[in-house]
Amino acid sequence: MAETSAPARWERPNALAFTMLVVVLAFILWSFSSVGLSWERMVRGIPALGSMLERMFPPDLERLPRILEQLLVTFQMALVGCILGLILAFPIAVLAAEGLSPHPVLKHASRALIALFRTVPDLVWALLFVIAVGLGPAAGVMAIMVDKIGFAGRFFAEAMEEADKGPQEALSTIGATRTGLIFSAVVPLALPSFVATSLFSLEKAVRGSVILGLVGAGGIGVELKVAFDLFDYDTACTIILAIFALVIAVEQVSNVIRKRLI
Amino acid sequence: MTALAHRLSPEPEAPRAPPVLFVSGLAKRFGARQILRDVTFEARPGEVTALIGANGTGKSTLLRSIVRLVEPDAGTVTVLDQEVRGLDRKALKAFRSRVGFVFQKHNLVGRLSVLTNVIHGVQARMSGPRTWHHALAPAAIRDEAMACLAAVGLADRALQRADSLSGGQSQRVAIARMLMQRPELVLADEPDASLDPRAGRALMELLYSLAHDKGLALVVISHRIEHTLAFSDRIVGLADGIVTLELDSRVAHAEQLRAFFERPPAETDRDTANHG
Ligand SMILES: Nc1ncnc2c1ncn2[C@@H]1O[C@H](COP(=O)(O)OP(=O)(O)OP(=O)(O)O)[C@@H](O)[C@H]1O
Ligand SMILES: [Mg+2]
Repeated sequence: MAETSAPARWERPNALAFTMLVVVLAFILWSFSSVGLSWERMVRGIPALGSMLERMFPPDLERLPRILEQLLVTFQMALVGCILGLILAFPIAVLAAEGLSPHPVLKHASRALIALFRTVPDLVWALLFVIAVGLGPAAGVMAIMVDKIGFAGRFFAEAMEEADKGPQEALSTIGATRTGLIFSAVVPLALPSFVATSLFSLEKAVRGSVILGLVGAGGIGVELKVAFDLFDYDTACTIILAIFALVIAVEQVSNVIRKRLI
Repeated sequence: MTALAHRLSPEPEAPRAPPVLFVSGLAKRFGARQILRDVTFEARPGEVTALIGANGTGKSTLLRSIVRLVEPDAGTVTVLDQEVRGLDRKALKAFRSRVGFVFQKHNLVGRLSVLTNVIHGVQARMSGPRTWHHALAPAAIRDEAMACLAAVGLADRALQRADSLSGGQSQRVAIARMLMQRPELVLADEPDASLDPRAGRALMELLYSLAHDKGLALVVISHRIEHTLAFSDRIVGLADGIVTLELDSRVAHAEQLRAFFERPPAETDRDTANHG
């Protein structure tokens, strides 16, 4: 009879879990107090923000040709960096994928590389490449490339690991080579995911490439920084709107492609 | 233990071809469970050997042991005068490529065309981009693939995506891919299991006629007694890890097979109980 009664609604928390919960909550509260967020400061900030907005409008279109030119450079940076990154991500992902990697050492090495590329923010890569190859879009392209190897490498590898094992087993009993297996079964099976990851990479690269200009890695970010430095808020406004238009346009096109292909 | 075996093989009219596959004394255990004890049987070219037995008697394990997808513990497997258990990794791969496998699951690459899936079978003897996709394949390979598709009656579906086919059609494409390997021995593990009665019957009929027309040695597992009887030349029954039944399909009848399945399992259960 006792066995048919419903179980307790809540599990009794154990001491360790309870302690950890308290510690986490305390840390969160402390974090709120240490970042200096206060109603007072926020309220005081409103007029400053208001005056800036006031100076931003109407946007100054005088430098529009130069801005559009830099916007194009930004997009090209993103595109080239993204394509290079995706191309390099594929072989690294194959080496990193469970079941496809030819050797455990290679697998761990490529996983470590992907993790390194992914965890270091692209802005930091941009700083490094600006030092290495100098100011300008080349540094930006390399930063985007490295960031995309990290991003796409991980998702490519996951997609290939998740690909249906049945066709792969069938091909390997036929006697297919590893390369044959990858290109005949794994890639076709993982293709929708590859396309989604690639499009998402491009969207991410376009957004990212805007920021890279702030550290001198080329593109429209440079213009934005200069405009803010000179308190030229109405030009900054034009730049922000232009960036907004570019990002939205890329996302829309990417959505259309996604729907078509998947 | 052979006391249970019914051996009823009337003299054949013509001398039979020498066996392509010869399995002798094969044994395999998984943990504490002795699945195969001492299995001996053979398969000859142009003949269909049906393998029957209750669920879990080790029929699939036996087929997989033949190509060492499962490593047997003891016994010999000889295929085309090659001792399979002695092959090294590379030789094993070459050997496997000459054995056709048909599974319950067709295992096609759904997103690719029927023709491309069939062409993949050529990877048994070739590699490189020309074997990955029909658009990259040389004319001779494409023609051979079309002939294989015609042999299973699906030449008109060549450019259709594999995932748009019915179960029976998919299974036939898998057979066309297997023919593309140009195998001498074909092992089919319940190829009719997921098919409706009509498609299942058509598929077994297809395998039977392919084996006879092309001189393939075919070993097929089916749980459908009427398929076993109609589409085989010999019936081999597996129970308790040994062959306890060997029949000529021409003289076998359904009652015999039903009686075979009615026999209570003995030794396997005792084994499991000991180590459960
Ligand atoms: N890799 C494995 N590891 C452990 N046990 C296994 C393995 N493969 C099969 N077995 C066990 O061996 C026994 C025989 O399995 P097998 O699949 O060969 O039977 P079967 O005759 O093909 O059965 P069915 O008619 O259900 O297909 C089963 O009890 C199964 O659980
Ligand atoms: Mg089975």
